[in-house]
Amino acid sequence: MSEATSQKIPVTVLTGYLGAGKTTLLNRILSENHGKKYAVIVNEFGEIGIDNDLIIGADEEVFEMNNGCICCTVRGDLVRIMDGLMKRKGKFDAILVETTGLADPAPVAQTFFVDEDVQKNARLDAVVTVADAKWLSDRLKDAPEAKNQIAFADVIVLNKTDLVTKGELAEVEARIRAINPYAKLHRTERCSVALADVLDRGAFDLDRILDIEPDFLNADDHDHDHDHHHHGHDHHHDHDHSHGLKHYHDEDMQSLSLKTDKPLDPNVFMPWLQNLVQVEGGKILRSKGILAFHDDDDRYVFQGVHMMLEGNHQRKWKDGEARESRLVFIGRELPEKAIREGFESCIVS
Amino acid sequence: MKEFTPAPDSASIVSVTDRVKPVTLGMGVTSVHFLRDRAAFVGGEENVAFVDAQGEISTVAVHSGGILSTATDGKRLIMGGDDGKVVALDAKGEVTLLATDPKRRWIDAVALHPDGAYAWSAGKMATVKSGKNEEKSLEVPSTVGGLAFAPKGLRLAIAHYNGATLWFPNMEGSAEFLPWAGSHLGVTFSPDNKFLVTTMHEAALHGWRLADSRHMRMTGYPGRVRSMSWSAGGKGLATSGADTVIVWPFGSKDGPMGKEPAMLAPLQARVSVVACHPKNDILAAGYSDGTVLMVRLEDGAEILVRRNGTPPVAAIAWNAKGTLLAFADENGDGGLLEL
Repeated sequence: MSEATSQKIPVTVLTGYLGAGKTTLLNRILSENHGKKYAVIVNEFGEIGIDNDLIIGADEEVFEMNNGCICCTVRGDLVRIMDGLMKRKGKFDAILVETTGLADPAPVAQTFFVDEDVQKNARLDAVVTVADAKWLSDRLKDAPEAKNQIAFADVIVLNKTDLVTKGELAEVEARIRAINPYAKLHRTERCSVALADVLDRGAFDLDRILDIEPDFLNADDHDHDHDHHHHGHDHHHDHDHSHGLKHYHDEDMQSLSLKTDKPLDPNVFMPWLQNLVQVEGGKILRSKGILAFHDDDDRYVFQGVHMMLEGNHQRKWKDGEARESRLVFIGRELPEKAIREGFESCIVS
Repeated sequence: MKEFTPAPDSASIVSVTDRVKPVTLGMGVTSVHFLRDRAAFVGGEENVAFVDAQGEISTVAVHSGGILSTATDGKRLIMGGDDGKVVALDAKGEVTLLATDPKRRWIDAVALHPDGAYAWSAGKMATVKSGKNEEKSLEVPSTVGGLAFAPKGLRLAIAHYNGATLWFPNMEGSAEFLPWAGSHLGVTFSPDNKFLVTTMHEAALHGWRLADSRHMRMTGYPGRVRSMSWSAGGKGLATSGADTVIVWPFGSKDGPMGKEPAMLAPLQARVSVVACHPKNDILAAGYSDGTVLMVRLEDGAEILVRRNGTPPVAAIAWNAKGTLLAFADENGDGGLLEL
């Protein structure tokens, strides 16, 4: 992580449909003995059981930026609150933003990209979505907000796993994975997830876009240890087992992954990507990529939220490292064929 | 220095840096105002530090938390805090509690009327208290970004999303909405009461000619405008937000419509704060690199008050007579210049 990044105050966004357990998670974070002080931005006063003079009530006020970009909405209340909080710099280490159950995470995330002053002082760390193991499958059918929250997440806390059977759990996980295979998923009861799994994730840090393999393909020892620790051996078995058993395809929200081991032409790729997010940015919720350009010894990384992109040369490709380009899009009704063809046309022939 | 005397057309800039009395406040500073002849530096939280012409500092506790908003009439300073309180501080250093939000919400904006009336906002609610009258409140459609009293009559401008609302608190049903898409944060009336100008979340100002609500778009800034100051007589509105001081012409009945602003004192840094001299056509500007300049409006001639190389200048103000200039950077290192 660069020095400038590390000095910025990390902001974790907690989303989740009504009743999933956001407040439980929030209370857990605040009550745990971590020696850190959090400023908490909540939409409903009084639900937080912890004494903290830095709890700020917010009205989720979303407005469109006048920059001709229709999906470029930001949370005006957050801009204002961040401005006020910065007067008390040094009094807190991190910020937690709890959204309402029906909120779209995009305006929150976009606030941290488009607002110059917010960006100067704070960095979005991750979007953490709390999901109700018992009801999420239903909500994914009838509540577009719930689907948005899953699609947008960097970390999913699948809560209330004690209220479902193994079969139901496998089903809800498969449904989550159909939408967002890339988020880290943690199964919990009463949101008992290790704080390190939800805080300080660096999910929007370009330097930490290290691998964009789907979560369940990773041999993620940490994840296993954690589940094991909390849920015992039985669960560990279940974890290995549940992958790939069922495969759902969500009709309107999907992820699309592109990959090539041939170098890309930056002069073709960059305009293509810019144009893609300009034209389809309303549908693309999140995008990420690690790119190998022709005649370029540096890895290029980018990430985006709707129409907003940020990217940079990250580091030299290592000796022996496969110079592969990989892109991931998560979105609604993605024009897969056009995206694949466009990507192919960026490959140096 | 008796008057503004920049070097005649030479490349080297006249400097008065050696005449500045340094002030080290030891706290983050967000604004400065003169209460009589003492400069009152407002801290990011809790305290206001008075500094007299000799550089003597005395600190007064005003809020138990962040200080979010300030307004002054030269006699007292009123402030809103994240402790939900509105307090007044007078020139003697006495603190008076004016109001407490029942839900302890943040007091995002305050305004002070020349006749002593004051206003504050919490969330969408703006409240005015004048003399012995009861408090009057108005709810606007979204959170209040800024408040300003008109120079004449008891009329309050409330900036919010998608426009501003003008309101005579003593007249039932008098709220008038001036629409313009976007988030409006700061607001000011021209001293002649003919124009209303808001700073927007985007890097732009918006203005309305009050006689006919005609729009004035003032765009082209690279950054958000956080500081505005009317020149003596109200002929120009000086603003921060660019790497020059942008001064919009308000001398004619059309205001800046169809006119270019003056762009003064360019530097390789962003203007962070501006303050026009109360009597002469001079302004003082602080920059993001710590520089402070005095600038003549007529021709842009500059005098260096403070060199660069520090955090951004966060506060700048003249006393009412225009004989003292006070400034400080974000870390609370500042100075006083006597003219």
